[in-house]
Amino acid sequence: MTEVCDLTGSELAEQLRAGDLSVAELTESSLRRVEVVDGDVKAILTPTPEVARERAEAVDDHATTGATQSPVAGIPIALKDVLATNGIRTTCGSKILENYIPPYDCTAWTRLSGAGAVLIGKTNCDEFAMGSSNENSAFGPVHNPWNLDTVPGGSSGGSAAAVAAGEAVWALGTDTGGSVRQPASLCGVVGLKPTYGLISRYGLIAFASSLDTVGTFTRSVRDAAVLLGTLAGKDPRDATSLDAEVPDYLHELEDGVEGLRVGVIDGTFGDGVQPGVRDAVRASIERLAALGAHVDDVSLPTADHALNAYYLIAPSEASSNLARYDGVRYGFRAEGPHADSIAMMSATRGQGFGPEVKRRIMLGTYALSAGYYDAYYGQAQKVRTLIIRDYERAFSDFDVLVSPTSPTTAFRIGERADDPLAMYLSDVFTIPANLAGVPAISVPCGLDSGGLPVGLQFTASALGESVLFRAARALERDLGLELRPPLLAGV
Amino acid sequence: MPVDIDIDHVALLARLDLTDDEKERLRVQLGAILEAAATVGEVAADDVPPTAWAIPRSNVFREDVPEPGLSQAAALANAPDAERGRFKVPRIAETGS
Repeated sequence: MTEVCDLTGSELAEQLRAGDLSVAELTESSLRRVEVVDGDVKAILTPTPEVARERAEAVDDHATTGATQSPVAGIPIALKDVLATNGIRTTCGSKILENYIPPYDCTAWTRLSGAGAVLIGKTNCDEFAMGSSNENSAFGPVHNPWNLDTVPGGSSGGSAAAVAAGEAVWALGTDTGGSVRQPASLCGVVGLKPTYGLISRYGLIAFASSLDTVGTFTRSVRDAAVLLGTLAGKDPRDATSLDAEVPDYLHELEDGVEGLRVGVIDGTFGDGVQPGVRDAVRASIERLAALGAHVDDVSLPTADHALNAYYLIAPSEASSNLARYDGVRYGFRAEGPHADSIAMMSATRGQGFGPEVKRRIMLGTYALSAGYYDAYYGQAQKVRTLIIRDYERAFSDFDVLVSPTSPTTAFRIGERADDPLAMYLSDVFTIPANLAGVPAISVPCGLDSGGLPVGLQFTASALGESVLFRAARALERDLGLELRPPLLAGV
Repeated sequence: MPVDIDIDHVALLARLDLTDDEKERLRVQLGAILEAAATVGEVAADDVPPTAWAIPRSNVFREDVPEPGLSQAAALANAPDAERGRFKVPRIAETGS
């Protein structure tokens, strides 16, 4: 049975405004759903029911006094556990931060909280956001609500699964190489990675600073536009945050794709792409053409090298960012006695980090070490320049680009766990946008023969979120998919 | 050809204790990953400048206005060990005596 927690945020905001629904009722609906499904899905590491109920009451009180309501007021939201929350445990999916309680809020949550959003819980993720399956969490894997034997994608797998299963109406994740879009694709929800710098990174616990982006999970394109409107904007606490004016993202949302120039990225129907993904994506592109878009092929020649550049740049930055976990100021410290501080730090890090994080720290440390810097990191940064030029060329001919979000639908838990190179291929379509800093969105576009969701990725030029939403909304409206994971049939 | 890595040296730089099994696995995996990744060296010509940030910003200033910072108690609240308002760690240097 559909409950209020299954509605979109935009539908809920209307009901709340009209007084047909209280924030308390909505919050209880979400909390009940967490109780019913999360034993199976395991999307939430730290539920926050008390914080949620207290907030719900405050927002309801506020409503009765007639204060203007923000479109996010009262909406139940889950946050990926790499986003710092004041007084609420923030683990990064790592044993090394198992008991870490931040003394500050990330700016993304400060903005949502200030607008009256309700925090439902902190979501499970790959350790320090490194992974594409959520199997790298120190606290166990998340299960995809569409098929509990499969992965939800990663690294923001808990956030994607929570929104797919109705545990939260919206969730925030982070996207460094596809960590919002790929799990959104595998869980059948909308996942947005905005332009780098559009949402402040303050309080996003760093993985790869030049690539990290806060992103959103919603069940409609409109909701993604609403949420971004609240999150976007300059933050003096993040020197890389952009000074750009934030437009009304709803303004051209329903304008359709007629006359829009849509480029189909080379490789969209390539050998590595599963037939079920190919079929759904092909059918969607045909729909866009039928709706009046001018569709043509486009090539990003350097994109073939993006994966390799990414697996040098991201681990290099990670090896530097993760140097702070040394057992001194916060987090886990290995049991002593230790001969000296270096022995304590090495033992702490050896015991505190999981295998994927160790792999990337080692990779990054090697790539940055004396004698290798130019051959690896330096060359990767040049490839990045070429990828940016590829996009610039493409966007002189096209308004948006399309491709699959992920070459496959959800795969079985354990299937790729022992083969890092195969796992890294999950992100082949998502990584180039991170390297170039451009925005991209994954929209559900169908199911494969096994009943698992397929996502289509739209990419736009920097700060082109409005056209991104417009194209994504046109497809969403035309397809009219009713996406409800089988898990919820008996709920 | 897979890249041959001095795992012990890199682990020391990274301040990371690894078991023998972990070292062996990493030697093989990193060798393969780096072999694939090294192809980045064949892509860009010498005259291509590197990009560190896709959307570069420079000289980001703000007004120099004092703001409250963390209290000492809040800063120490997560510390594995503290003493007299300070972080406590095992010795960091040989003493002269």
